[in-house]
Amino acid sequence: MDYDVLIIGGGIVGCAIARELTRYQLRVALCEKEVEVGFGATKANSGIIHGGHHAAPDTLKGRLEWEGNQLWDALAQELHFGFRRVGELTVALHAEQLPALDKLLHHAAIKGVPGVELWSPERIRRAEPALSPAIIAAVYAPTTGVVNPYEACYALAESAVRNGLALLTGFPVERLHRYNDGWEVITPSVRLTSRYLINAAGLYADEIAGLAGVRTFTIQPRKGEEYLLDKRLQGLVKHVIFPCPSPVSKGILIIPTYDGTLMVGPTAEDTPDRADLRTSTHGAQTVFAAVGQLVAGISDKDVIAQFAGLRAPASGEDFIIGPTAQPGFLNAAGIQSPGLTAAPAIARLMVELLRQEGLTLTPRDDFVATLPRPVHFATMSTQEQIALTLRDPRYRRIVCRCEYVTEGEVLDAIARGAATLDGIKFRTRAGMGRCQGGFCTVRCMELLARAGGMALTDVTKRGPGSWLVRTRDAQKEEP
Amino acid sequence: MSEIHTFHYLCIGCPLGCRLEVDAEPERQSVVEVRGFACRRGREYALQEHTAPRRIVTTTVAITGARWARLPVRSSAPAPKDKVRAICNALRELRVSAPVAMGDIIVSNILDSGVDIVASRDMAALLPGDS
Amino acid sequence: MITAAPRHLRASYDVVIVGGGPAGLEAAVAAQAGGATHVLVVDREAEAGGILLQCIHSGFGLHRFGAELTGPEYAQRALAQALEHDIDIVTDAYVLDIDAQNRVKLMTTTEGVSLVDARAVVLAMGARERTRAAIRIPGTRPAGVFTAGLAQRLVNLYGVLPGRRAVILGSGDIGLIMARRLTLEGVEVAGVFEIMPHANGLNRNIVQCLHDFDIPLHLSTTIVEIHGARRVNKVTVAPVDAALQPCLDRAWEAPCDTVLVSIGLIPENELSQQMRLRLDPVTRGPVVTSAMECSRNGVFACGNVVHIHDIVDFVSSEAALAGFSAGQFVTGALPPPDNVRLLPGENVAYCVPHTIATEREHTVYLRARRLLDAPTLRLVDGAGAIVYEKRLRYVFPAEMVNLKLRPAILQHFHGDVLRVELVRHTDPRDESTQGEAAP
Repeated sequence: MDYDVLIIGGGIVGCAIARELTRYQLRVALCEKEVEVGFGATKANSGIIHGGHHAAPDTLKGRLEWEGNQLWDALAQELHFGFRRVGELTVALHAEQLPALDKLLHHAAIKGVPGVELWSPERIRRAEPALSPAIIAAVYAPTTGVVNPYEACYALAESAVRNGLALLTGFPVERLHRYNDGWEVITPSVRLTSRYLINAAGLYADEIAGLAGVRTFTIQPRKGEEYLLDKRLQGLVKHVIFPCPSPVSKGILIIPTYDGTLMVGPTAEDTPDRADLRTSTHGAQTVFAAVGQLVAGISDKDVIAQFAGLRAPASGEDFIIGPTAQPGFLNAAGIQSPGLTAAPAIARLMVELLRQEGLTLTPRDDFVATLPRPVHFATMSTQEQIALTLRDPRYRRIVCRCEYVTEGEVLDAIARGAATLDGIKFRTRAGMGRCQGGFCTVRCMELLARAGGMALTDVTKRGPGSWLVRTRDAQKEEP
Repeated sequence: MSEIHTFHYLCIGCPLGCRLEVDAEPERQSVVEVRGFACRRGREYALQEHTAPRRIVTTTVAITGARWARLPVRSSAPAPKDKVRAICNALRELRVSAPVAMGDIIVSNILDSGVDIVASRDMAALLPGDS
Repeated sequence: MITAAPRHLRASYDVVIVGGGPAGLEAAVAAQAGGATHVLVVDREAEAGGILLQCIHSGFGLHRFGAELTGPEYAQRALAQALEHDIDIVTDAYVLDIDAQNRVKLMTTTEGVSLVDARAVVLAMGARERTRAAIRIPGTRPAGVFTAGLAQRLVNLYGVLPGRRAVILGSGDIGLIMARRLTLEGVEVAGVFEIMPHANGLNRNIVQCLHDFDIPLHLSTTIVEIHGARRVNKVTVAPVDAALQPCLDRAWEAPCDTVLVSIGLIPENELSQQMRLRLDPVTRGPVVTSAMECSRNGVFACGNVVHIHDIVDFVSSEAALAGFSAGQFVTGALPPPDNVRLLPGENVAYCVPHTIATEREHTVYLRARRLLDAPTLRLVDGAGAIVYEKRLRYVFPAEMVNLKLRPAILQHFHGDVLRVELVRHTDPRDESTQGEAAP
């Protein structure tokens, strides 16, 4: 066997499992079909580390939400990605919503989530003056945090690679066969073998399960549109603001992101199309109407970017984590909220499940838990910036003027795995600001081309098919 | 006497954008009448545009050894409108090398149009060690 | 051969100019004329010249040089002038911040991050383009959506093409110019879509960029969705009603692989906001005095960063004034403060500068809100009395109006506010002012 464990899918769950497994003396591989990890649902995720009290305690989601929540401080410290416990308020506008708030308090009590309490309107006003005076009560949870989900995903993958993970991006899995006491994995370019397979394939987890002959669930995609707002609204709200939850969705939120922008969304729209990433006028209207009920001062004129992601819930609405009828094939599927929050806990659970399935787990004594701290020029003090640019000339050019990203950071991102414009964007923030890449696009393209020894015409936005520019075809007839 | 057609032009002299009409024979000879102008310049423009329309040609040519891949060029004077595409196509095959000075003639009397194609700026030769 | 040789940065300058386009270069020369000795121009590109370097078309310099220059030709003249005057120009450099004492935090390839003292500063950062997100075009986020200026840069400096078949949203001059440019480079331009019922750009460009190449212009039409998973594969377009709302029942699809968005420029005032300068919400640029001084002493501004210009020649005049004022500030010779506020009145979107001094001569730039034939330009005092009026041939939003105010015009005016109006010739108020002759 080439590997002991092969993970199919490089989203937040797959990467978290990968890193956890590299703590042990195992040969681990991860196959991701896109050109970079995190290019599926993960990059479009709201980025909220849930407080632990939302999901019902009698579900797998519920158990893993609180367990996962508690693991994020250590992760962020070791892997140097941004994470901040901003706290949240779940607000009620009508008396009929109060029982829903009670339920949250109840969940918190059962799970032992500390500090969760009911706030009066006065307390709410003091903490969040911008919130509507029509709010009659709110459940406050200090444990909620915000993170950049793609940043965390890259960090987990990078840490795993440092510890020996074979990361195979651009390797879609086409067929699976039983092979000796393990599995044969067929991709267009290579055949791999592994004793255990972990299905973390997100939107396509049911298809992958089908390839293994255990399609016992169906993924029913649920689209969420998100709207990113101008930095000038920074500080308008300080906590993540939730409306009262519904059975299928936590609702449309106001999220102060880790980077200081305000994000509103997501919508929740079932769609049969696993490639439907369209934002819509209707979606925008839904979001701003909902948000307008909670905060004045946010309008669609402040939008600087809009995007959509697809959650990958299974019918039954809970996570599907565990072994199947096929020996050595385990699922980490049906991931929807609180999937990001739960990811570190899912990873630990998966290790336990593998142990139960017969995998010998001997810890490595050379496991490196940390990553070098990435340079983040924009948040350095002037003295730090002077020192950095004095010692390293690569950081002496500004590539992204909106976010103050230097050329050195882009080069670092490329060295750490960015192979596309979006990969640079998600690792450095270049292209995420007001001008949406107007200034930095060409520079990033040049840096990618130079680093990859390729032409500008070979650079893509996010992998094959997303070419950016072309040259004139030699054979084309002249106009 | 052969048929008279009416040809339509939008005057570019000022933002009023008068709709100009030129009555002339179909082969565009012998202008019979010009209408629609609000000033003398409009009438002159209509006649010029109808009988011998000309355009300044601006484009780029490939350049090696410079900081940029393209050198902007321009026609020294307005060229006959019906030669613009051909001129641009002809320039596509060209490759010049740095250094080039603004005003340098890149192609003289291109396609026998009576205009030269000249460099629109200096472009220095990149020294080894330049990025 | 014009080359800006790299210079060693001084620790302090009389005037630091942010931006080395036509505005910054002109301001630099004028700053020395105004009394400054050491002047530094900071530009973020590989060479100075600003956006003009990629504007390879002609039409620049008609007023200033009496010639029809291309963008690069105009830029080269400005750069040559600056180099003759012993002005330090640092390229591939960026101004990160300017503090309350006008200390400039600078990034250069030679020194890295460093601090430079300035006695005066001129902001000349120019403009950026409005993006697809600014008008929230729904749909997917495929590769192939570019602002027109980015596409222009790719074609004209890098020699690559944005796609094979393009549609263009917006009939402003940049969009029209790119329609022609792409066509001449072998890209099919399927159409230009303009949400307003009239085109936004010069008639000259309508004729020479669209008519010449049979490129359809669809007025009162906008793009309502962009399609394509990895790369654009089509757009949905729809006509709009009088309220500019799309009529989706009449929507249709245009196959294409490229969308150029040409929907306007915004002054690039991130630095001005960091410096907490007062901004005009209409121009989105700093509020300026008749000396082009911002709300902080010693900080001046000019060019597209103050308000979006159409004609670079006027950028140069405005920059000459700002630079000269910066030089005067350094030697303590700035003229006395302004005494009259200018407010935009009927049919006037904005006027720049925001204040004037009645004893000096000024050029006031203003923009009309809508097209008027043979309008009357009026200056009206707080009580509504006409202080000055002048007949114009026409006004329309895309063409800035230059109003020359001489001291003689306002010598008898003693108020502190003047409203600027553009009214129809048949405005009823004409009756009430009969007998009052305009000077």
